[in-house]
Amino acid sequence: MTHSASDSERLLEVHDLARVEGEGALRVVVREGQVAEVALNIFEPPRFFEALLRGRRHDEAPDITARVCGICPVAYQTSACAAMEQACGVRVEGQIAALRRLLYCGEWIQSHALHIHLLHAPDFLGCQDAVGLAQIDRAAVERGLRLKRTGNLLMETVGGRAIHPVNVRLGGFHRAPTRSELAALRPHLEQAVEDAAATISWVAKFDFPNLEQDYLFVSLLGDGLYPIEGGRVGTSHGWDLSVEEFEPLLVEDHVERSTALHARLEGRDPYLTGPLARYALNSQRLPDEVRRAASAAGLGAVCRNPFQSIVVRAVELLYACQEALRLIEAYQPPEPPAVEVPPRAGAGTGGSEAPRGLLLHRYEIDAEGIIRAARLVPPTSQNQLSIEADLRRVVEDSLQLPDPELTWRCEQTVRNYDPCISCAAHFLEVSVEREA
Amino acid sequence: MSSSPSGFHPTIAVFKFASCDGCQLSLLDCEDELLALAGAVRIANFQEMSRATIEGPYDIAFVEGSITTSHDLERLQRIRATSTTLITIGACATAGGIQALRNFADVQEYTAVVYPRPEFIRTLATSTPIAEHVRVDFELRGCPINRHQLLEVITAALAGRRPAVPRHSVCAECKQRGTTCLLVAGATPCLGPVTQAGCGAICPAVGRGCYGCYGPAEAANPSALGDRLLAGGMAPADVTRWFRTFNSAAPVFTKESLRHDPQRQR
Repeated sequence: MTHSASDSERLLEVHDLARVEGEGALRVVVREGQVAEVALNIFEPPRFFEALLRGRRHDEAPDITARVCGICPVAYQTSACAAMEQACGVRVEGQIAALRRLLYCGEWIQSHALHIHLLHAPDFLGCQDAVGLAQIDRAAVERGLRLKRTGNLLMETVGGRAIHPVNVRLGGFHRAPTRSELAALRPHLEQAVEDAAATISWVAKFDFPNLEQDYLFVSLLGDGLYPIEGGRVGTSHGWDLSVEEFEPLLVEDHVERSTALHARLEGRDPYLTGPLARYALNSQRLPDEVRRAASAAGLGAVCRNPFQSIVVRAVELLYACQEALRLIEAYQPPEPPAVEVPPRAGAGTGGSEAPRGLLLHRYEIDAEGIIRAARLVPPTSQNQLSIEADLRRVVEDSLQLPDPELTWRCEQTVRNYDPCISCAAHFLEVSVEREA
Repeated sequence: MSSSPSGFHPTIAVFKFASCDGCQLSLLDCEDELLALAGAVRIANFQEMSRATIEGPYDIAFVEGSITTSHDLERLQRIRATSTTLITIGACATAGGIQALRNFADVQEYTAVVYPRPEFIRTLATSTPIAEHVRVDFELRGCPINRHQLLEVITAALAGRRPAVPRHSVCAECKQRGTTCLLVAGATPCLGPVTQAGCGAICPAVGRGCYGCYGPAEAANPSALGDRLLAGGMAPADVTRWFRTFNSAAPVFTKESLRHDPQRQR
């Protein structure tokens, strides 16, 4: 929704941002041709996860925190498990760790396929939604839905359920799938590899607004592999830290317009997490075939145009499909499917790469395993300042556009981030106001 | 809802309150049916899917999430007034969701724990189901809902009939799957006997006790199960925790959780 407040002022407002996960709004004020105000308002009602986790048992954290987000529950389960296992001095390795990565590939596939085809692509093609997109390119939407279904199928096979998987526990899994159960996924994933390659070619042809941002990138660093389920934290200004060294450097503040907190490094520097950051810090860890596909799509080793995040997401989609096939090929059912994680008093930090960026958990537990303190830092609250900085640039560069188009461009700018507002609220509203 | 002569495209709207989006995602997870469905109805308001919105009235409103702010309560009342049929989807909308744990605590203290500037936060002391505030025509359970049940509910609503959604317990689904009873054979704590079916008994199938995410089954007897869990060696505080997760505002689960609560709050 857009209106001009007066002759000298343009106000662009979107009260209910669409095609994002959760409830947010955008407000932009342009006064005498200058961007006076850009605010992303998050009015998602707070659910107080950090508070309600206190008094719960350590082994409940994966299932409870999964409920922060229906689109990335595996990210929450994985970060929670990693944090609790660290607190209890347990390391999870070998086939159990591989099975976690496989489950996480399923989440990347369904989430990226959803965002690319149903949520983000319609902006580039001038459609209100995927239904409109299907009217001009039904094959593309069907391909997206097929990819998404494969991701869900993988999550159901390994996790027992696509949304809020039930098979995940501290130390591993309740039950290890058999080799033949996973082998049955192979034809779906082989089709998905083909579909993902077609998706890369499709999105590479989109018309991208010209915008290069000087982001400070933050991402996990994969140990030889592209980062998904864990790793050290790297930054584009040279940090290489363990997640527990990194976590205290991440300082959040609270502004009135938002039920999400704004994160800065050392309380000072805004930064970017998510596909662009992962790719910038890890593109050399992608297999040659995926790198060639990225290169053919016009990506260099680093991409600083947030609108091209859709291309990076498509590259990651291809990677996740290939990686799932590789993991299935090498799979031997772990026996037992989980290691025991007996509680001990202490603290632990866990981090993983949710489809939309770095997700950190930190817990303090007592000797009985009762949670005494919890901190969840979701990707969208880390990216909130970058989203606002992008919006400012986009509005400055596009002032010639009439209000409806400029408002839509602003919405698209927010959707570049695949924001997850339920996660961040502990997060999103778009309005643009112009004063000429 | 109004009758559906051929060519009639009922308007469907999806609204979100305090929730994780997982239940409305279940609609997008109907990958094989989504485009056909979009052809059969007018999607008038579904923010997670479309930027196009049509003003009400709506033939069917799907409501996800629980009521935790006074602003949301007003919004819900407007939605009810403008919708012929209102169907709640998921544990938050039918039983408060995990955020209803605040109902057993002090929300001021919760706010202070999470937010550096608690004065910026406006929230109600409780997280409550939709049916506590407005008339609900059908409640679809689950954390998250099952997409096959969702399709049945949509199909039934379009046909103007009652959805075929069973109210019996998870036990029946274990029997159908041929899963050996964990409670009887393995002494593994399981809420299956008091929890409504619909998930497909997926937890016992992986060797884990049901954790009750579909809420109470019809005619459930939680106190008998609570006693059984105690007899199996579970501490009272743990029994309280078991009944107090994603459906803690369902009255029979609330009651059983309080029966074992060492702090006896509320």
